[in-house]
This record gives sequence, structure tokens and C-alpha cells, in this order.
Amino acid sequence: MADLETFRTETRAWLEANCPPDMRTPTEDEDDVVWGGRNPAYKSEGQRLWLERMAAKGWTTPEWPTEYGGGGLSREEAKILAGEMRALGCRSPLSSFGIWMLGPALLKYGNEEQKRRFLPEIVRGEIRWCQGYSEPGSGSDLASLQTKAEDRGDHYLVNGAKIWTSYADKADWIFCLVRTDMAAPKHEGISFLLFDMASPGVSTKPILLISGKSPFCQTFFDDVKVPKEQLVGTLNKGWEIAKYLLTHERNSISSMGGRAHRPVHQVAADSIGLDDRGELADPLLRSDVAHLEIDEIAFELAMERAGDLAKRRQIHPAYSSVLKYYGSELNKRRHEILMSAGGSDSLEWESERSDHGAAARAWLRTKANSIEGGTSEVQLNIVAKRILELPGA
Amino acid sequence: MPLVLNDEQAMLRDSARSFVSEQAPIAYLRRLRDSHDETGFSRDLWKQFAEMGFAGILVPEAHGGLGLGAVEAGVVAEEIGRTLAPTPFLSTAVLAATALTRGGSDGQKAQYLPGIAAGEMIATLAADEGAKHRPAKTALAATRAGNGFRLTGAKTFVLDGHVADLLIVAARTAGIPGDPAGITLFLVRPGAKGLTTERTVMVDSHNAARVDFDDVAVDADAVLGDVDGGYALLEGALNVGRAAVAAELVGVGEEAFTRTLGYLKERKQFGKFIGEFQGLQHRSAHLFSELEVTKAAVLKALQVLDENADGAAQIVSVAKARAGLSAGLAVQEAVQMHGGMGMTDEFDLGLFMKRARVGQELFGDANFHADRLARRNSY
Repeated sequence: MADLETFRTETRAWLEANCPPDMRTPTEDEDDVVWGGRNPAYKSEGQRLWLERMAAKGWTTPEWPTEYGGGGLSREEAKILAGEMRALGCRSPLSSFGIWMLGPALLKYGNEEQKRRFLPEIVRGEIRWCQGYSEPGSGSDLASLQTKAEDRGDHYLVNGAKIWTSYADKADWIFCLVRTDMAAPKHEGISFLLFDMASPGVSTKPILLISGKSPFCQTFFDDVKVPKEQLVGTLNKGWEIAKYLLTHERNSISSMGGRAHRPVHQVAADSIGLDDRGELADPLLRSDVAHLEIDEIAFELAMERAGDLAKRRQIHPAYSSVLKYYGSELNKRRHEILMSAGGSDSLEWESERSDHGAAARAWLRTKANSIEGGTSEVQLNIVAKRILELPGA
Repeated sequence: MPLVLNDEQAMLRDSARSFVSEQAPIAYLRRLRDSHDETGFSRDLWKQFAEMGFAGILVPEAHGGLGLGAVEAGVVAEEIGRTLAPTPFLSTAVLAATALTRGGSDGQKAQYLPGIAAGEMIATLAADEGAKHRPAKTALAATRAGNGFRLTGAKTFVLDGHVADLLIVAARTAGIPGDPAGITLFLVRPGAKGLTTERTVMVDSHNAARVDFDDVAVDADAVLGDVDGGYALLEGALNVGRAAVAAELVGVGEEAFTRTLGYLKERKQFGKFIGEFQGLQHRSAHLFSELEVTKAAVLKALQVLDENADGAAQIVSVAKARAGLSAGLAVQEAVQMHGGMGMTDEFDLGLFMKRARVGQELFGDANFHADRLARRNSY
């Protein structure tokens, strides 16, 4: 325990000395985060420095092994780091599908060469990854995917189309589910490939969403050659990796239900004001906000508890579905209340005053939370069948 | 601290579970209810609780208790929730033991705590005065008279108040109702002149009382803690009580849910197990999620009470609010999914529904705690 207290003291001092002042403020919106990549876009020098310094310590991935560039921290140390960052208001230095999804899958299923090749780049934010999972005909029924990879001796030849590929137009590489055995039952002919989005034959087309933004793309593969050493795990056993990775995707989506952002009551107080008793001047909204914040606090603790249980191997493998379901529904509720708190101000779509409709666009974006990574209904199916062991199907 | 029970706490849970399920199963509640038992719980059973250490779980070892913390008290409360056992655990082992341990003089502690730990003394906290829990609005008047005070007013929802050997009474010595300052706690014996007690059997067949004070005289040494400064002590004890009730509600909700899941897997309609229907699957999965989120908040509240009791108010409110709502959902779904059987007295689901309702109201319902959280955050 004394060691942990020393770690806490040293971590606090390091963060105080190294976290740039503008990285100690809440992010403005989803464009105000660092994604890294070959052509990184930094909105400020602070963003660049913060990523560089955190990556040097491996603290963009605190619990990954140091041999792959990670921080090598224990879970207790990682919790202290997260706690100290929260206390100081430090932003996450790097948003990355490599960290949230691919990395954990590579650590578990990748061979040594793949780990040494890909993980350090992820830690440093040098390669931006995207996820090739859903297809136009394969949404909730993901395993019915049809993008195929044919064995051509020294390489696979990939043909097909993906959809809802987050930031495919900005990504450097893709981790992609492909069908390598057309005759096998649908779960048993899938493989997990990595390839460069700059490969000949790859093209992307952004999809305009109701938020007016295009975070997702359609992605097309036309005779894309993929070297064989970029297959992860065993041929035709990719579904196991896909499911494992989905649990990490679900964790990252569910974490959006946490309180990483400005508390809703502050937004509401700015918008509506307080009455002469110091209470939000809309008593029914005040009640909604208070009940939401109770659930947000409790949900953060539920995520912490899940991590602690996982560390002790006392957690059901399908538990991420509980958190994904709860967190995404909670985040939708948060934004409904934020819209109500903002009233007509939050309806403005184009004005500078509204930062080009930031509140409304964020509200609309959250509607995808309960669709992406498996819909809420799919999560409830998984919980009912795998955890509660209810009969049928 | 990890949000899981440590090895010792898990052992305590296991022994509490087997003890409660063997010695105080639901049949015990039914027997008390159906025989209109005068006490409303078994004093012999409470002695056995004491022998297990549960009556003195929060009493310091120097006074004959186990000297454990809120987490351990919560572990026991959760197991009591699973069988709905009426015991003086909340009134005596949690509320009174906490108030006396924190606020008592050496003499007061020596006088009362060993009896509590031994299961010989029933003690309780008399806080509520109206239909809703509003401790800051305490109005029961305590006026100085000679060397002591005279108490006039009324208390309600006093747990085990009909048989308590000691009442810890929140009274107003200064200020006006609504004012946290000016509240004082008094130790009052039930035989005091001018004190009358009416047992109020509740919907859940647990025990409470209305207590009237008509110019009841107490000595100056009946004051527990500081004159006019009792609110912090009152709130401190209530917070432990709230977290313990939250833990009990987790037990109530989980047990109702477990029984319901079992029913979904055995009841057939339209040639299928009803658990095969997606309508019920999704509601069950949603309920499970609610209970899991609540369990995390309740354990955290108990841990914070042990680590930093003065900073526990917010998380206790989160835990109490959520536990009431989650248990409430669990028992409603339990009755609904059991269909007509859920409405019968013979099935136990109704008993869980009744206890959950009382637990929701005890020491502040979800709205009380949402309001409290809002105030603490200045909105």
C-alpha cells in the first residue's frame, strides 16, 4: 500500500508538471479530441505535447506491457493514474480504436511479430485504425457477412463492402472481418485481417448522418491484396476474435455513459438559472437532472466494479453487454435532458452562438450509441441467454 | 479500494447467509405475522444474532462488539433482505450503535453498548415526525427545565419503538424546523412519565411505532453529543442506516429476481417456457442491469462510510435512491411475471413487494435523496 501511495504522489507531481493547461479543460465536442495517425490533426500545441509526453511513458495504454510500449501498470496503479487525471481535469491524450479494440485483441490473439509491429504504433498514436465489421446486409446478424478473402498463394485477395466504418476516410489501417470459407456454417468461415487503407483497391465514401456529420463511411474493397502475415489468429477462427474485440468495443461505447463531460446540472444552471432558493429554476427538470446524475455516478461505479471483478476472474464473459446496454441508454437520456435544459437555444443549427449546433449534433449522435457495437436489443438478448440462461434460441 | 468484498467479508457473507436462511427463513416472518406476535420478532433469535456477533457488529471491541464497519453491516443486512427476517438489526445494531459509538460519552457507551452487543438491549433512533423523512425539519420541542430538559412532540416510523429499551430522540433545542442547527439528541427510557407508545404494524409485518412525548422530563446527562449540534451526529447515524437499508434492498431485489428467473425457466404457456418469450427476456435483462449498477453504488457507499464517513453523504444518497428504485422494479416484475400466482398470499413475492415498499420509504425515498444530491451540488 505504501508503494501505491508513493506512486500516487509521483503521478500527481508528473501530471502537474507535464499536462499542458489547455489539456486540463473539458473537451468541447467530439471534434476536439486527438486521434493521431500518419497525418495527425492537432487543434493546439498542447494536444501534441500531451500525446507525446503520455505516449513516452506508455500512459496512453497504462496497463499494456512495457515491451510493446505500454505503461506496464497494475490495475491498482492504473486506477490511481485515472483518478489523478480526473482530479486534475486531464483529458485523455489519445482517442483510438487501436487502443480500445484492436490492441486487446492483438495482445490475446496476435503472434509475437504482430504485437511488436503494431502495438507500439498504437501506443504512440502513429497509426489510426478503423474497424471493418458491419456490411450492408449484415447488421445485428454480423456473422452473415459476405466480404470474401480468397487464398492466392502468398496473399489474400479481398473483395466486398463494409458499412458504418467509423472514420474510414481518415484511417491508415483497417482490422477487418472477411469470409475465407464460403461453404462453412456462417460462424466458422470468418477470418480476421489487418491491412493498409492505402492499398490499391480500397475506397471510402462518407455517409451523411442526421447530425449533419459523417463519422461513418461505406468502404469498398476491389481486388485488395493482403499479405498473408497480416492474418491474426487462425484461419476461419476469426469469429472468436471478433466477439472478443466486440466486448472491448462495448466497453468503450458504454464508457460514454460515464461522467467524463461537464455535469448536466452546470449546463442546466447556465441555461435556466437558479431561483431565490438556489435551486434550478425548473423544478421538474431539476428532478430529472438529479435522478440522471445519480444514475451516472452509479454507472461509473458499475464499470469500476466490472474491472475489479474481471481482474479477479469473477466476471461473466458476456458482462460487457450489461455495461454497453446501460451506458448507451444512459448517454441518450443525458442528451435528451441536455436538449431540454438548453431549450430553444439548443435547437440552433448554424449560428456561431451555438457553435454550429454543437448541442443538437451531439444529441443526434448519441442515438447511434444504442445501435453501434450491437443494438440495445442484441445486448439484452445476450444478457438474457448467456448470463441469465433463459431458454430458447 | 477494489469494489469487491475481501476474503474476510466474503466469509462473513457466507456465514450470515447460511445462518439467516436456516434460522430466519421466510417461514419465520409468516409465523410472526400469522400469530400476531406481540414483540414482532423473536428475542431468542436476536440472542442468536448476538452470539454470531451481528448485534454488536458496529460496537467497538472494548464494549463487547466486533468493531467492524459499514461494509460488514451491509453484508449482514443484504442477507436479512433475502429472507425478509424481522429483527432489531437496523434499529439497534446499526442506528443506535452508530449514534452511541460516535456521540456517546465514555459513561454512555459503557452503559449501553455492551447490552446492545449482547443482544439484551433493544435501542432505536426516533427521527421522523411526519409522513415523509425530513430530519432537518425536526420540531419536537426540548426546553430547558432546571438541570435538564422537557420534551413535547411526536415521533413516527420509530423502528422497534414499541419494545425498545432506549430511544435516541432527535429534538429541537433552538432554531426553527428546517434549520439543521438547534437539533439535540436525547437518550430516553420508555418508562418515562408522559411518554406513550403505539405499535404500528406495517404492511410488511415489520415493526415500528408512534411515540408521543407530553412534557417528558430528562436529565442533562441524557444528552447524546452536543446540545444544539446534534444534526451532524443524527445525519451520520442516518447515513449508515440508509446504506444498510440500501444493502437490505439489494438482498430483497436479488432474491425476488432469482425466484422470478426460476419461474421463467419452469412455467410453460403456449407450449413454451415463458422465459423463451423475448418480451420477458428483455425485461429480465434490463432488471438484471439495474440491479448490477445498484450493487456497485451500494458497496461503494458502504466502503466510503468506513474510509471517510464525513464525505459519504452524496454516495449514500446515490445508493439509497438506486436501491429503492431497483428493488421496487424487481418486486413489481416478480409479481407481474408470476401472473396470478404472484398475487396470492401463499407465494412469497407479495412479501418482497411489501418489504421493498417500506425500505424505499425508510430514511428518505429516491426523491428525497435526489433532492439532497442536487442541494449538495448547488442546484
